[in-house]
Amino acid sequence: MYKILAKKDLVPQIHLFRMAAPAVAKKARAGQFVVVRIDEKGERIPLTVADWNEKEGTVTIVFMEVGATTARLALLKEGDAIADFVGPLGLPAEIEKFGTVVCVAGGVGAAPVAPIARELKKAGNKVISILGARTKELLFWEDVLKSTSDKLIVTTDDGSYGRKGVVTVPLKELLENGEKIDRVVAIGPVVMMKFCSLTTLPFGVKTIVSLNPIMVDGTGMCGCCRVAVGGETKFACVDGPDFDGHKVDWDLLAARQRIYLGEEKCAYEEWQKSHSA
Amino acid sequence: MAKLNLNRVAMPRQAPKKRAKNFNEVALGYSLVQAKEEAGRCIQCPKRNCVEGCPVGVDIPDFIRAIREGDMPEAVRVLKSKNALPGICGRVCPQESQCEATCSLAKKEAPIAIGRLERFVADWERANMGAAKSPKSSNPTGKPPGKKIAVVGSGPAGLTAAADLSKLGYSVTIFEALHVAGGVLMYGIPEFRLPKAIVQAEVDYVASLGVKIELDSVVGKLATIDELLADGYQAVFLGTGAGLPMFMNIEGENLNGIYSANEFLTRVNLMKAYLFPDYDTPVKIGKRVAVIGGGNVAMDSARCALRLGADKVYIVYRRSEVELPARREEVENAQEEGIEFRLLTNPKKFLGNEQNWVVGMECYEMELGEPDDSGRRRPVVKEGSEFVIDVDEVIVALGTRPNPLIASTTEGLKTTKHGTVVADEATGKTVKDKVWAGGDIVTGAATVISAMGAGKVAAADINKFLGG
Repeated sequence: MYKILAKKDLVPQIHLFRMAAPAVAKKARAGQFVVVRIDEKGERIPLTVADWNEKEGTVTIVFMEVGATTARLALLKEGDAIADFVGPLGLPAEIEKFGTVVCVAGGVGAAPVAPIARELKKAGNKVISILGARTKELLFWEDVLKSTSDKLIVTTDDGSYGRKGVVTVPLKELLENGEKIDRVVAIGPVVMMKFCSLTTLPFGVKTIVSLNPIMVDGTGMCGCCRVAVGGETKFACVDGPDFDGHKVDWDLLAARQRIYLGEEKCAYEEWQKSHSA
Repeated sequence: MAKLNLNRVAMPRQAPKKRAKNFNEVALGYSLVQAKEEAGRCIQCPKRNCVEGCPVGVDIPDFIRAIREGDMPEAVRVLKSKNALPGICGRVCPQESQCEATCSLAKKEAPIAIGRLERFVADWERANMGAAKSPKSSNPTGKPPGKKIAVVGSGPAGLTAAADLSKLGYSVTIFEALHVAGGVLMYGIPEFRLPKAIVQAEVDYVASLGVKIELDSVVGKLATIDELLADGYQAVFLGTGAGLPMFMNIEGENLNGIYSANEFLTRVNLMKAYLFPDYDTPVKIGKRVAVIGGGNVAMDSARCALRLGADKVYIVYRRSEVELPARREEVENAQEEGIEFRLLTNPKKFLGNEQNWVVGMECYEMELGEPDDSGRRRPVVKEGSEFVIDVDEVIVALGTRPNPLIASTTEGLKTTKHGTVVADEATGKTVKDKVWAGGDIVTGAATVISAMGAGKVAAADINKFLGG
């Protein structure tokens, strides 16, 4: 069992757990993920590592309530424990001195972007971050990203905070304004990563995205997470999760994320029924 | 000499129509009377060819004699002194090509049903003695325990190596990547062929010998092999199997509704998707399901799909019935349950709809040409023979390769072009100092018992290396 040492509700639907997981903490790197299972009947779900502390033996995960499993996870409190916490899985993000890197975080993507921005800055890059959300209430970790970036631009779709609009608008401005951008890292919903990649494509700036297909084991065993990158099939769990956004088949990814839409809805409704009762 | 009795006692089984709708075990096991009757057919021949035919060298005539004499505790003792996993082996070993093939009565086409008797002994023990009461290691070497050995993977090879090494007095830790121990016995072989409670009882037995099992531990991602060696482990046994599914690399393979057999079986067996939504993991339930391949994994996948409620399940295999690599018994079980075999058929591409769901499979008719390297006649495409099978789910069961994780994170291991780890067949020793390997990671996908045999061989060699 893995104990929840601290819990924080970042925004109403997005929660942070600091987990006791010393072995994972020792090995975790920015860009990797863990597979979590709540209990005996639970499914295995991948969650990105948002932070870790080797000395304390802790790993921080951030997740959004999107279905039965994450809703069940959200009900757990400090001191509770979950059955399984497997990791660190996937390849770490590439961290080296590229020059100037733009890190774009959409919604819950702020969590995985934060350690990547921090490590990129440590490696000597100039880091410009763009943090976007639908509305002010859904923004979190502005302070964290501010501290790990040379410059931070915040956007909300409805203009309730920061600049009004989506993240691709300031991204395009940065690319157009003459400053040499050496790399872009974009993490968030599929549609956001897709449009960031489309935005950078004409500028020829390498754009790394972190893909989040459905997974089961997370160790290369099942092939559930297969994605097409540059016309080749890859397993996101072991070949990724980071890939070149200009080569990703986004439509395939979006279609494969919908495989269990019906079952997910059924499970969520069942859970809501039993939970309210 | 008494007259030979050539009437094998039949295995009671669930009726095909009934079992095709449930996940309960198909074979029901002998009663004591049936077991004694079958054991009574053994002529206790002095040649003991059956023992030769067993990859782990079980003293078969001795446990059969004990059954005949009604001394079940003795039968248990004999069996378990060589085989830590008899309930598993009695169910899934291909006895017909091993011990039963070398049985003196095999010439008369009535070999003793050794597998069924093995299963009976294991089930009797579980029902009457309980795994917890199994004798702990008596440390037969008499040397103080303490030398640490790491076993990577808790499938049949790892469990066997760990059990043998623990009995020899070593301090053994198994590292398992998944959340339960058992490897392919848990995620691959379905409940109706190998109940998971039996796997867990035999895992518990291995643990009762003093073996420590660390779950959720992905070696290579957590500690590497070299870090384990630096951390005081004096030998490492790699039994990580062949867990990487192979696809065909043909058009449309990433359509929704196309599974690797590994994924489909993992969802159903390990995650218990057949109990969704009580269990959280879902699996798609197709109406018309095609399983591509002709091995045991293909049969398992097809029979799972049928039990989940498919109207029509096809086995699509590119050769003919005689070349099917699956056990005869499993092919017959599948046929009885209504699985349709589309032989000499091979997919060309998968057809999808606008939502990326598979709706059909374009196939070639095949014919058999000259024998290939495997000795089987090579399937050849009949040009212009393309036709479409309507399907809404496809399960690709074309074999697996070792996961590259261990090899890619370990300096000094030698691998083949198939991704298997090179190890001496007689000892299990790899080219890397202090590292042994056995089972599917060395041979590619094979049988449970051959993996156990390899685990045993490696355990003996590790003991020799460590001065036992």
